[in-house]
Amino acid sequence: MILQIGTYLLVEKFILISIVLAISLLVAMYSTYAERKVAAVIQDRRGPNRAGPFGILQPLADGAKLFFKEEIIPSHSTRFLFILGPSLAMLTACMTGAVIPWGDSLHLGGHVVPLQVADVNIGILFIFGVVSLGVYGIMIGAWASNNKFSLLGGIRAASQIISYELAMGLSLIALLMLTGSLSLNDIVRQQHGFWKNGYFTWNFFRQPIGFLIFLVCAFAECNRTPFDLAECENELVNGYHTEYSSMKLGFYLFAEYVNMFISSAVMATLFFGGFNFPFMDHLGLSANWITILGVVALFVKTGFFIFLFMWVRWTIPRFRYDQLMKLGWKMLIPLALLNMVVTGGAALFFNH
Amino acid sequence: MLLHSYVLEAGTTPISYFPIVLQLIMALVFVGGVMIATHLLGPKRKGSDKLENFECGIQSQGNARQPMAINYFLTAILFVLFDVEVIFFYPYAVNFKILGWAGFWEMVLFVAFFFAGFFYIIRKGALNWRD
Amino acid sequence: MNWQLIIFWILAVIALLCAIGVVTSRNPINSVLFLIMTFFAIAGHYLLLNAQFLAVVHIIVYAGAIMVLFLFVIMLMNMNAETEPQKSQLVRFAGVISGGILLIVVLAALKKADPALMSGKSSDIGLISNLGQVLFHEFIVPFELSSVLFLSAMVGAVLIGKKN
Repeated sequence: MILQIGTYLLVEKFILISIVLAISLLVAMYSTYAERKVAAVIQDRRGPNRAGPFGILQPLADGAKLFFKEEIIPSHSTRFLFILGPSLAMLTACMTGAVIPWGDSLHLGGHVVPLQVADVNIGILFIFGVVSLGVYGIMIGAWASNNKFSLLGGIRAASQIISYELAMGLSLIALLMLTGSLSLNDIVRQQHGFWKNGYFTWNFFRQPIGFLIFLVCAFAECNRTPFDLAECENELVNGYHTEYSSMKLGFYLFAEYVNMFISSAVMATLFFGGFNFPFMDHLGLSANWITILGVVALFVKTGFFIFLFMWVRWTIPRFRYDQLMKLGWKMLIPLALLNMVVTGGAALFFNH
Repeated sequence: MLLHSYVLEAGTTPISYFPIVLQLIMALVFVGGVMIATHLLGPKRKGSDKLENFECGIQSQGNARQPMAINYFLTAILFVLFDVEVIFFYPYAVNFKILGWAGFWEMVLFVAFFFAGFFYIIRKGALNWRD
Repeated sequence: MNWQLIIFWILAVIALLCAIGVVTSRNPINSVLFLIMTFFAIAGHYLLLNAQFLAVVHIIVYAGAIMVLFLFVIMLMNMNAETEPQKSQLVRFAGVISGGILLIVVLAALKKADPALMSGKSSDIGLISNLGQVLFHEFIVPFELSSVLFLSAMVGAVLIGKKN
């Protein structure tokens, strides 16, 4: 079987993975710029405007600055784990993109190139698996710092992430009952076009409650406001990355933005048709052009969700920790279970 | 072409996980490379006061590795239990249409037990963060 | 050599080395990390046998949930060297005995295993849809009973956690 993989496929996957990783990092970089610009607009300021026209080179300057900063490893910390923490955070952030279908297949000189790194049977569970490992980066980094603020922030973050993971897992069950597949590729293909048989094809219109729960959980999983209690500066200095400097700090911050990008892409894929867009069958374009437009459509949807993340951050104040846990456990989990049972009953009732 | 469609439509053979391993290797190389680069690029001026832990300028008291509130621990235990239950829903969701009403009632019974445990936890105040 | 065999050996070596690391490392956090690596190697074995659902559940439940609980416990304990309790010789001896008994049980179970089942031919029984079919038809009673088990586990956890 290994011979069947062949060098051609290896090269193809290598290029595809490089592009996916590069785009994830690029989008994450420019998300930091976008965040500052969105904040500026909301607060009636100008935002970064010195590096290049409209401050467009600001993320590069920030990145270069982080590289040339002194690397500080506190003397009381556990050295190996201190380095491992941010590395794990970044590694898990980089892995989720593997199962997302970024587009339909491209036809290049007789070859069909699918724009998805790995179409696995259990795509959604793979994402959950990687997300559940994201806790380690934070916890290990926080513990290794040997700092009270870091440890409190890390434990808070870990508790929050595992709590919202439950509601996140439950919110998707109702959707999966309707799709009958865990492969993200299948789920996107079922949402082909926009309107069919007198109803929308996108899953959002069949599972609005599931989407809302998923959205809230995505905010909490990414440690974004209003759920950024792990790093709330008025209580915990900087939370789990208090002791970090140079690119290790950069990795923690960067991983948050990569996670934000990936979770936006997952939301667009699961609920908003992924690379499908309205009138895609009526444009009369060749398959390759439809594929390219589909990729653009996915990125537009993803961009909207990234904007939503930022919009919420600069609009809604932070929760208190007991409120956060109460929302996750006592509201979202029962709501997701109820949504699941009602969806199941309704789907069976109307099919018979 | 042939080989390709085989690998792709697979999804059901171990081969379809090969690109994930490839991505893992590439991500490892990237993360490791950046870590080494930042180690080499930055200046190094060490000092015993500088490498102290940050405590907002106050003299550090003892060690950070101290026992914490039991609530975090309880949350983690309950998370493990609920996580396993949530995982059980996935094989059901995939077979939802085939299993029909019979499967639905089986699942409702399971959810009822789930809710029973859930209400017990709520009533006992295990998830209350303010005493 | 067959490619599956090569990957099997690589994973087996990783699993064994990491398992030894779990027992030998002094720092409990390192033990946990080694155990996570072991789980990953075992998940790789599941994938080789085409038990995809089992592999990913193994990662989610063991590496993603139970090991997080372990980390919590270790972090919540007082980990400073001066407070570390001295384990008596009796406890060590009991540990060796119980570990040895477990080894005998595992060996006995493996001796009875049918090698024909391990022919390397990948079957589709480990895929999530087939697994669900079996779970919700043949094993429905154990499945429902497991929910009772969860209930009792929850009651136990809450009782211990909320004792005061």
